[in-house]
This record gives sequence, structure tokens and C-alpha cells, in this order.
Amino acid sequence: MDSDLIVQILFAAIKTGTPLLFIALGELICEKSGVLNLGQEGMMLMGAVVGFLAAYGTGSAGLGVLAAMLMGCLMSLIFAALVLHLGANQVATGLALTIFGTGLSAFVGSGVVGQTIQGFQPIAIPLLSDIPFIGKILFTHDILVYSSFAITFALLYVVNKTRIGLTLKAVGENPHAANAIGIKVLRVRYLSVMFGGVMAGMAGAYMSLVYTPMWVENMTAGRGWIALALVVFASWRVGRIMLGAYLFGLASIMHLVLQGLGWSISPNLLAMLPYVATVIVMVIISADQFKEKLLAPRSLGKPFDPRQMA
Amino acid sequence: MKLKSLLVSLGLLAGASAIQAAEPLKVGFVYVGPVGDLGWSYEHDMGRKGLEEYFGDKVKTTYVENVPEGADAERVITQLAKAGNDLIFTTSFGFMNPTVKVAKRFPKVTFEHATGYKLSKNLGTYVLRTYEGRYISGVTAGMMTKTNTIGYIGSFPIPEVIRDINAAYMGAKSVNPDVKMKIVWANTWYDPGKETDAANALMDQGVDVMLQHTDSPAPLIAAEKRGLRAIGQASDQSKFAPNAHIFSVRDDWAPYYIKQVQAVMDGTWESKDFWGGFQDDMLTLASINPNLPKDVRAKIDATLASIKSGEFKPFTGPIKDNKGNVAVPANHSLTDVELAQVNWYVEGITDEIPR
Repeated sequence: MDSDLIVQILFAAIKTGTPLLFIALGELICEKSGVLNLGQEGMMLMGAVVGFLAAYGTGSAGLGVLAAMLMGCLMSLIFAALVLHLGANQVATGLALTIFGTGLSAFVGSGVVGQTIQGFQPIAIPLLSDIPFIGKILFTHDILVYSSFAITFALLYVVNKTRIGLTLKAVGENPHAANAIGIKVLRVRYLSVMFGGVMAGMAGAYMSLVYTPMWVENMTAGRGWIALALVVFASWRVGRIMLGAYLFGLASIMHLVLQGLGWSISPNLLAMLPYVATVIVMVIISADQFKEKLLAPRSLGKPFDPRQMA
Repeated sequence: MKLKSLLVSLGLLAGASAIQAAEPLKVGFVYVGPVGDLGWSYEHDMGRKGLEEYFGDKVKTTYVENVPEGADAERVITQLAKAGNDLIFTTSFGFMNPTVKVAKRFPKVTFEHATGYKLSKNLGTYVLRTYEGRYISGVTAGMMTKTNTIGYIGSFPIPEVIRDINAAYMGAKSVNPDVKMKIVWANTWYDPGKETDAANALMDQGVDVMLQHTDSPAPLIAAEKRGLRAIGQASDQSKFAPNAHIFSVRDDWAPYYIKQVQAVMDGTWESKDFWGGFQDDMLTLASINPNLPKDVRAKIDATLASIKSGEFKPFTGPIKDNKGNVAVPANHSLTDVELAQVNWYVEGITDEIPR
């Protein structure tokens, strides 16, 4: 393997990892507040189709992204209303949201199947993109990839270093205690779920505007589910989500590149790589009994009713 | 839409007892993907529409899309049979066993299963000679490549795909002795993202003309972005890549569906394993790009003509496999039964079939 090929592989790994990064960051915040949303796939598909429709209608990919974010947010509000307000079961509601989004997106998008648009063009950042090796891998992407970098670093700061991060943690770990000290638990959860929706919308927009600039039914092909695994893989840490997303991206790229180079490894085996990695991480984490307890937000998946005491 | 078609079939179920000879012939279709996939299921649905256009109100068609291969398929096929359909087409390899089971339970209903190999008294099979299109694709790719490296995005290593890889390579080799082929298995029939990755992985490794055995137009779009070339699969995919698109090998099921419906109407239907290709108008070269060089275009037309007339059959011996064994003896063309069992790579493919 020459160094050009390695650069191209790493470049592609980042591109492949980006939709996963968006959606997993959204789910992470959502889960940190104690809400498990399995509707990622549905929100992402709705984001993808609405983003495409908007970009197709207006000719502006930027408006497409905005529309996708709004749509993701709207979808998440449906979920939030059912789960937080009416206390519906989170797992069932999330699954319903995925099924709903999959069907609705196919219906809404049936008119633009087969249309193409001019998606985002890559922008090489001056100076930075001239750094040998790293420059080409990191700084010759499109604007959405750069936004994913920015969002990750912003979240790293917000979650770990600010009061907002502490509030989020309090709500996710012990909503009753948080409530007792005057935090509006439901409001925090609403906002977290909406953030998850916005990110899912962006992930969808990335799929339909950048990655494969077109709309076809079910084009996300299960990436929402991989993102759920990724959150566990990352043990609910922002930095590890980024690392994990790119590792997943790399694994799925390597599976294709190695075949092209004539390695006769079973493609089935290679396709398993991302999941094997998740299992291995789970095993390593679980081996440490004490650590395990600190990982998942303690109230994850449990409804919160302020009238009931813990 | 799935819900709608289910409701339609439930509605038919209610009225099933009222069926008389004067009623239109009821024809049911089961699709593995969405009709909007712009590939495999889309073309089957075009075939269904062709059927309606041809027979008008003499037929009544119903379809169920997005049917998973497995227990669900059996339920859907049973439902269609109970709803009074006289003829049911199940259009994916994985529907084979469910179709066989349901066919046994409904001996008065006629069943047709695409790409399978199990026949019974009221169950026939039909398959496309896609390898004919692949051969022409290979010839074209062999002439168009500047790097002498062409790429093939495979779905799953089943005989149909392996057969087509061989046909493509033999076609390329016939016009370009130095040509090499890189094969990548995407392990999916349909995942635009994955297909894009596969296309980019091939192009990163020097491939400049791509063939695909997966169903989305994503590889064409990837080729368009990089100024390289690719060939469309199953349906006309030219609009996705106006410059990169060479041609698409389009499946056309309508002639077969019309023929079989007519046979059922006339009472002349019999259980057969049918193979259709360019000769039967079930394969066509769609939207051949006007930007191809003249000699390439001439070669495409000549190859197509010799296949269409039946004068040339791609799998005619002597052909050796890539381990040096004789795969097809001289003066023999593989029969349909043999074609269905191809599990070797032809000499010159420096790769191994994944097991």
C-alpha cells in the first residue's frame, strides 16, 4: 500500500463516519438526559427526504440542510410529546417513530425519486490543507464535515466543562434529585430529544445532499441502528463517539479496499468488523464491574413523573 | 403504499367468493424491495404496469412491496392466493421455499417464481440472461479503460453474480488482452452509501470503468463526480450521470408477464424453467451515451446483434477456469441448467470466490 492510497482510505473513513457521528452525538445527548430514542432511523430518513426536497425545490443545498434539521426536530417533538408528556413506553414509541418515518419518507419522496441535485462541493481550507498527509485527510472536505468537527468540539466543552453539562448529567442520573433542587427535568429532556432530532436531520441531509446526492427509499440502510451501537461502544463519552464513528467508517472502507487489493478474506467476515469491535469494547468495559456502573445514565429509558417520588 | 396494497388484498379477500369466469384474471405480485428502488423491484412493477396496459380491464393486478424473504413472504403469498388471484408472481430468489409451500396448498392457483430452480405442477420459474448484457458491458469497458483496470461491484457470491463476472471479464478480454478486473463485494443488493464506498474504493485503486451488480445508482453518481465511467444495472440510470453513464442493461419483464397471463387465460400454461435475454426482448441496452467513441459504439452494436441473433453465446468452450481446469469443453455452450451452477472464475481473474 502506498501513502496515497492510505490518505484516500483515511479520507474516505471520515466521510463514511460523518453521518454516524452526527446521529450518534444526537443520541448521546438524548440518552444522557435519560431518554432512549430508537427512532433515529425514521428521523434520519425524514431529514434526508425533506432536505433533498428543499434543496431540489430551491436549488440551495444550505436551505436543504436547514429544512432537514427542522424536520428532524419536528419528528423528535412527536416522540417527546408521547414519551415525556404522556409517559408512553420509550422503546415502543421509538420503534414506531422509525417505522413511521420510513413509510412517510418513501411517500413524501416518491415524486423526486431519480432526480439529482448539485450537492455541496468540497472546500479545501487554505494553509491547513497544505499540511502533508494530515491536510488532505482532514481539511479537504465539504462544509457538513467541518460542522461535524465543530459540533463535536463544542459538545466536548459543553458536556464536560459547563453547568449545562452538569444539569444534563443530573437529569439523566437521578431525575428526582434534580427535580428537588429545582431543575425542570421535563424541559431538559425535551431539549435533549430535540437536539437528537436536529442531529438526525443533519445526518439525513448529509446522506441525501453530500454522500449520495439523490433520494431513494430507505437510503440510510440501517445507519441509525449502527449509531445506537456506537453510543454504547463510546460508553456515553463525546470524544469516544468521534473516535468510534471514524473507526466504524474505517472498518467498512477497509472491507472494500482489501478486496480490491486481492485479499481473499470472506466479505461476510469483513462486514462484521464494526460489530465485532463493539462487542469487544463491551467485553472490556464489562470486565470492570465498578466502572460499568458509572457508564450508562442511570435513569435511561425510565419515564419521569414529578408527582411520584423515587 | 405497502399498507394500501395490503388493504386492497384484504378487500379482495372479502369478495373472493363472488369470482366467476367472466371476471378479470387476477394477478398478484410480490416484491422484495420498494417499487421506488429504481432497480430490480421498480422494473418488475413496470412489467406489471405493462401487463395492465396490454390487457386493460381483462386483468386486475395487485402487488405487495417490501416483503422480507422468510416467514412473512409465506403469509403474503398465502394472502394473495386466498384473495382469489389466479396467477401470482414472486420476484426474488429468497421467495423460493415460501412459494413452493403455498403452491402446494393452492393447486388451482398458478405460481411463477423469478430466479429460482424449484418447479412443481402449478409452479414455474423464470430468469434473465443478464450475463448477455454483462458480456457487452465487458466489451465496452475493455475498450473504454485507459488504465487497463475495470471494476465490478458484486452483491453476493451466488452463481448468477459469478456467472456475470465471468461474462464481463471474457467480454473485456476479447477486445483488450491486458485488461485486469478488480472485484469488490458490497454484501448488499441495495445500500447507496455502501455502494458509493465500494465505487470509491475501486476508483482509488486505479479502476476507471465500473460495472455493478447492485441496484442503486450510487456508483454511477460516484463515477460522475470523478469524471470516470460506469454502466447502469437493471433500469435506465442515465439521468444520474449524464457524462459517466455508458449505457444501462435494462430488465424488461413485460413481454414475459404478458405471455404468461395469456397462457393462463387460454388454459395453455405449463410449468417451465424459462430463460429470457436480448432475443426475447427481456433485456435491452438503454440510453447508450452519444459521447462514446465511434468504434466503441460500432462494437457494441455488432456484439448486441450477434447475441440477439443467437449466433454468439458467451459461455461457449473452450473455457478454462482460473485454476487451469477445463470449465467448458470445446464446441459446447453451457446449457441453462449448467449456467445456473457456475461457481468458478474464468482464467485470468486473479481473485478467489469468497466462501
